[in-house]
Amino acid sequence: MNVIDLERTPLREVNQRLQGLPAETNERLWKLTNPHGEHALAVGLTQPIEVHIDGHIGYYCAGMNQKAKVVIHGQCGVGVAENMMSGEVVVKGTASSAAGATGQGGLLVIEGDAGTRCGISMKGLDIVVKGSVGAMSAFMAQSGSLVVCGDAGANLGDSIYEAKLYVRGSVESLGADCIEKKMTPHHLEKLAKLLKRAGIEADPKGFRRYGSKRSLYNFHVDNVDAY
Amino acid sequence: MCGIVGLFLKNPALKPALGRHVETMLIGMTERGPDSAGIAVYHSAVPEGQCKITLFNADTHYHWRGLAGQLADALDVETDIDQKGNHARLVAHCPEEKVLPWLRANHPDVRIMGYGQLMEVYKDMGLPADVSARYGLAGMEGSHAIGHTRMATESAVTTEHSHPFTPASDMCLVHNGSLSNHNNLRKWLRRQGQEFETDNDSEVAARYFAYRLQEGASLKEAMEAGLADLDGFFTFTMGTKDGFAVLRDGIACKPAVLAENDDWVAMASEFRSLAYLPNIEKAKIWEPAPAKVYTWTLH
Repeated sequence: MNVIDLERTPLREVNQRLQGLPAETNERLWKLTNPHGEHALAVGLTQPIEVHIDGHIGYYCAGMNQKAKVVIHGQCGVGVAENMMSGEVVVKGTASSAAGATGQGGLLVIEGDAGTRCGISMKGLDIVVKGSVGAMSAFMAQSGSLVVCGDAGANLGDSIYEAKLYVRGSVESLGADCIEKKMTPHHLEKLAKLLKRAGIEADPKGFRRYGSKRSLYNFHVDNVDAY
Repeated sequence: MCGIVGLFLKNPALKPALGRHVETMLIGMTERGPDSAGIAVYHSAVPEGQCKITLFNADTHYHWRGLAGQLADALDVETDIDQKGNHARLVAHCPEEKVLPWLRANHPDVRIMGYGQLMEVYKDMGLPADVSARYGLAGMEGSHAIGHTRMATESAVTTEHSHPFTPASDMCLVHNGSLSNHNNLRKWLRRQGQEFETDNDSEVAARYFAYRLQEGASLKEAMEAGLADLDGFFTFTMGTKDGFAVLRDGIACKPAVLAENDDWVAMASEFRSLAYLPNIEKAKIWEPAPAKVYTWTLH
């Protein structure tokens, strides 16, 4: 395992080293220590390496990730795994707002709670949160899945497109054009697979499903009050 | 853009190290605010019947001893003055209600930065590390402190527009955000007898909370009233003689992190400011929820 101490190595150097690894690299396991809340750590990774971050980190950690697995052994700031393309990001602690924002693919697992706007404008990413999510989660979510084992805050799925939302606990309120939908065997199977991938033991039957009513897709003057 | 920090000690054994910890928190917010910094520290209380006033004049050669002498003669009280940078801490052996009107009437050339029995306030230009060193923050003991770092994007760097705002005795407020109904609120507060020094929206919030507390509201009640009456974006951190409060608006787009253990409560715009606090590894760390009042009081 390669260990980099952020107290000794500047952030930019750490990122450049990880981003510059060739496809055939043998250096596949990395540990980053003493991050002390730095922003934009382990962003833009493109190779199937595994990076463990020991400690709490700042904004946009593991953003734009492709193929890599990034495990954060701590809490993280705004926008963890934002615009992720593929790979996997695991947060052992809690995440701040906008976790997984605009993510296009891959899997984001948050073992603690996530703040407001979790999965905002997600476009294909799968997010599994073991705890609860804050208000306005999955706002304008376009595709992918958001699984919440705890509760969801106010206005879940406001102006949602085709993302699938599964919540086990309570939902404070649903946002505009978001409705509860029937949990079919097809969805139960998909949810079970997601929970298994995230390493979370939970009975899919305990969840309820939410999604788009599809009434705000196109502008209609009768809907003007809902915008 | 700006950075805000606050530290409230629950364990009195940590009091000698307050300034040292707050200094690292303030420096942690350098990238969010490299232009100026302000700090309100609750420490070294003056005895009952005395008051402590922090004053400012841009001239570092200002004749502070002369001012203290005039005050002593005019009010027939003992005074003590201690200069730090372009600030001075004035202690008078009489209540602040006597000193403040005299200062306003006789010394419009000095700005009153804050007053009370505990709170001292220092605001100055420069990097947080430089401001902290200039005023000896690291050496200050105390129970709690609130700080602010500013990156000037919209207006000039001046002390009167700098945070923390200190609208009442031993009370201060820092604000990250902007209010949209401050003009109406200012008018309303003026009718309730509050006087304003600037056209700043954060001063309106500070005087709003001061007014609520003065009317008898508890810290929690004042904050809850603020949620109903203040419109706009805000993350507030407020200090009183024995209290500490954090409040975010319902959208919560201005950043905030809280951390707490048995010894202290800390608030900052970003985790970077909390990274070096004692036993942070084991502290509870979370993002304060939107429109939720958080308060702590010394027992």
